[in-house]
Amino acid sequence: MDRRSVFKSLAGLAALGAAPSAATGAVIGKHTILDPGLNPESLPQPALTGGLAFLTVAEARTVGAVFDRLIPADELSVGATQAGCVEFLDRQLAGDYGRAATQYRQGPFVKGTPQQGPQFQQTPAERYRAGLAALDAYCAQAQGKAFADLTPDQQDALLTDMEGGKVDLGGTDAKAFFELMLQNVREGYFADPMYGGNKDMAGWKLVGFPGARYDYRDVIGKRGQKLDLPPVSLLDRG
Amino acid sequence: MAQQRARVDAVIVGLGWAGSLMAEELTRAGLTVVALERGAWRDTTTDFPPAVDTDELRWSTRRGMLQPQAVETLTFRNRPDQGALPLRDWNCFQFGWNVGGAGTHWNGMTWRFKPYDFQPHTLTRRRYGDKKLADGLQVQDWGVSYDDLEPFYDRFERLAGTSGKAGNIQGQAQPGGNPFEGPRQRDYPLPPLQRTRACDLFDAGAAKLGLHSFPVPAGNTSGAYVNPLGVHMAPCTYCGYCEFFGCGNWSKSSPQACILPALKRRPNFSVLTQSEVLKVNLAADKKTATGVTFIDAAGRLWEQPADIVVISAYQMDNVRLMLLSGIGKPYDRASGTGVVGRNYAYQTISGASVFFEDEHLNPFIGAGALAQAVDDYNSDNFDHTHHDFIGGANMLIHSTNGRPIGMGGAVPPGTPRWGSDWKKAYRDSYQNSNSVYCQGTSYGHRDVYLDLDPTYTDRHGMPLLRVTFDWNENDARMAHFIADRAVEMGHAMGAKVVSRFEPTAKAFSPMDQLSSHTTGGAVMGADPTTSALNPYLQSWDVHNVFVAGASCFANNGGCNPTGTVAATTLWAAHAIKEQYLKNPGPLVKA
Repeated sequence: MDRRSVFKSLAGLAALGAAPSAATGAVIGKHTILDPGLNPESLPQPALTGGLAFLTVAEARTVGAVFDRLIPADELSVGATQAGCVEFLDRQLAGDYGRAATQYRQGPFVKGTPQQGPQFQQTPAERYRAGLAALDAYCAQAQGKAFADLTPDQQDALLTDMEGGKVDLGGTDAKAFFELMLQNVREGYFADPMYGGNKDMAGWKLVGFPGARYDYRDVIGKRGQKLDLPPVSLLDRG
Repeated sequence: MAQQRARVDAVIVGLGWAGSLMAEELTRAGLTVVALERGAWRDTTTDFPPAVDTDELRWSTRRGMLQPQAVETLTFRNRPDQGALPLRDWNCFQFGWNVGGAGTHWNGMTWRFKPYDFQPHTLTRRRYGDKKLADGLQVQDWGVSYDDLEPFYDRFERLAGTSGKAGNIQGQAQPGGNPFEGPRQRDYPLPPLQRTRACDLFDAGAAKLGLHSFPVPAGNTSGAYVNPLGVHMAPCTYCGYCEFFGCGNWSKSSPQACILPALKRRPNFSVLTQSEVLKVNLAADKKTATGVTFIDAAGRLWEQPADIVVISAYQMDNVRLMLLSGIGKPYDRASGTGVVGRNYAYQTISGASVFFEDEHLNPFIGAGALAQAVDDYNSDNFDHTHHDFIGGANMLIHSTNGRPIGMGGAVPPGTPRWGSDWKKAYRDSYQNSNSVYCQGTSYGHRDVYLDLDPTYTDRHGMPLLRVTFDWNENDARMAHFIADRAVEMGHAMGAKVVSRFEPTAKAFSPMDQLSSHTTGGAVMGADPTTSALNPYLQSWDVHNVFVAGASCFANNGGCNPTGTVAATTLWAAHAIKEQYLKNPGPLVKA
């Protein structure tokens, strides 16, 4: 997580005292000239466009079918896959999130109390790989079909059971996997469109969130009034 | 073999609020100061301008500014007879990971603790006699009074550009302010923030119940401001990107916005970034520190010799660094002796979710500390004679943000969490929901403490800090009482659905995002058998080590801790300047 490598080039500017500066950190003092420009690593980093980066086509179909039950198309708004939530998930799993880059990964891995939080040895990407396969295997055994080929009512019944901890998916903790998918589909539906989901800002329009605005001083006085502010996205890629 | 740096007068470990304030004081007194910060330099224009900031996924959901667990985490268990396990993913604790520390990504609520909060032992006995306290409770005074700290609270509010309304100026009640606050020498430097519909609803509810509502003191500027260091702040724009975000407007109180622009110009100050202190080095007799050992981002070891060592990292890291360095006697639960790790506390949370009908709360218009509160049930502001607990809680409504990933769970109880019914409920709740949030006091307890984990280590192989915590009986009783008050408030506000919230009714989990306010473990006090630090934040054992931050709180108050972190730090800095430098040694006889 060395996110400030820009300072590597600045380190020599401000050696303090007799010792050489710590070359990969920075010594910042009175004579340091700090670059006023945007730190390149702070720039918004939109998801790549194009084909799948992590998920297989089959996995994308399965998780898309799950996502469309979690956030279905209806009279209010488009469903999760139409809003790009599978593309969102794919990019997330291919990146730092999927790799559990921020998580503590040292063992021993022990299952603790619920209060002690998740103790997964697998990364989110690995959990999807195993979990989607386990879900389809379960459906094949129980119904003779993949999850995506079940009726919506059958899909809802199975997801309800997963949510309630009533499904045994072998090595996959079905309840935890359900929670992971629910969290990720919400992220995809409501995150800035630059991450691949929330297409046409569908999620923001659903609830009336104005998005990446940064100044409400002109409207804060309109307390309790309907404002109808059209949403804006960070990179205007909505 | 560590490389040597040139000796300095003072080295500061961690450049958040406490470190920045200490550095400002010590450099102004003429000392040469080097700060060591494990995170990177981050600033408004370069790292979190408005064009970068408005990204919920990156900064809030993925917590892009916080210290990842991969760098350091802690292990947790509820009870001493359990094994502790590491918190592997984001949790309620919010360690800073940059110059500015948690002071960069906080919300900005800038409270003063109540006079009672500093002397709960003395004042409880004075008012209630030998009141029976819950078993195992460790209630003790801080060795410092509110009156001692008042000038330093005032100084911080001036530096930070706090927006608020006084309730008590030199003993004179002030309409519209908090009637329960300790006497202040003067009003806040800026008037309160503008209000929201949620504030109006809360005020109406408070009036109906005969409670005294007031605007929460905010480290979000209600107007342009120049602080005593000559640093300019700009007006808050109510953008709703505060907690977990840097402020792109120079309008949230932070070391970057308020202190560092002045500090960085001083020739006797410098900061080494991405430099992580591993231990404080002690002289052979263990009575003084010689400096610190740190590791740079390339993994090289350095020694920074210094006459004074100020430990001012995150509360938990302060305790960990003392334990790793052998400063002070570790708390031993079996014998009840030792002080480092003792009187750890968290914030006791309760409240009620409220759902209105046909409102337009416009939750996206907000600021980190835009809130309306009552203190009628906080601290010792109400008579506890017939209650089986001490302490209490602040109760507030918060117009902080309308970020839609995080708000997805804010639907009435019984609503499905997915599907079309959820979508419809969420769409309606988005404009109609908020919560009556109660932040309660928390007291030390025999079975709640911090020590070093016997199994798990950080990336350098050093033991992680182990947290043993569950709600204690006193605090749970208090929260039960307060949750009832929150339900009353919800109904008085006219909410259609009021959902009682009492997390203290079950075992605590750090995975529940109740509060990030975590205190104690290296507490200040007048008795070296129950405190790691004397009343000037000076180690009882190693006199040139001062430990600043919420780790010094002997108990947690019923509100946010930052104002008190700042006041205690400035109070200690004053003692260092006025007393310690003239005659280095223990400022208080053990």
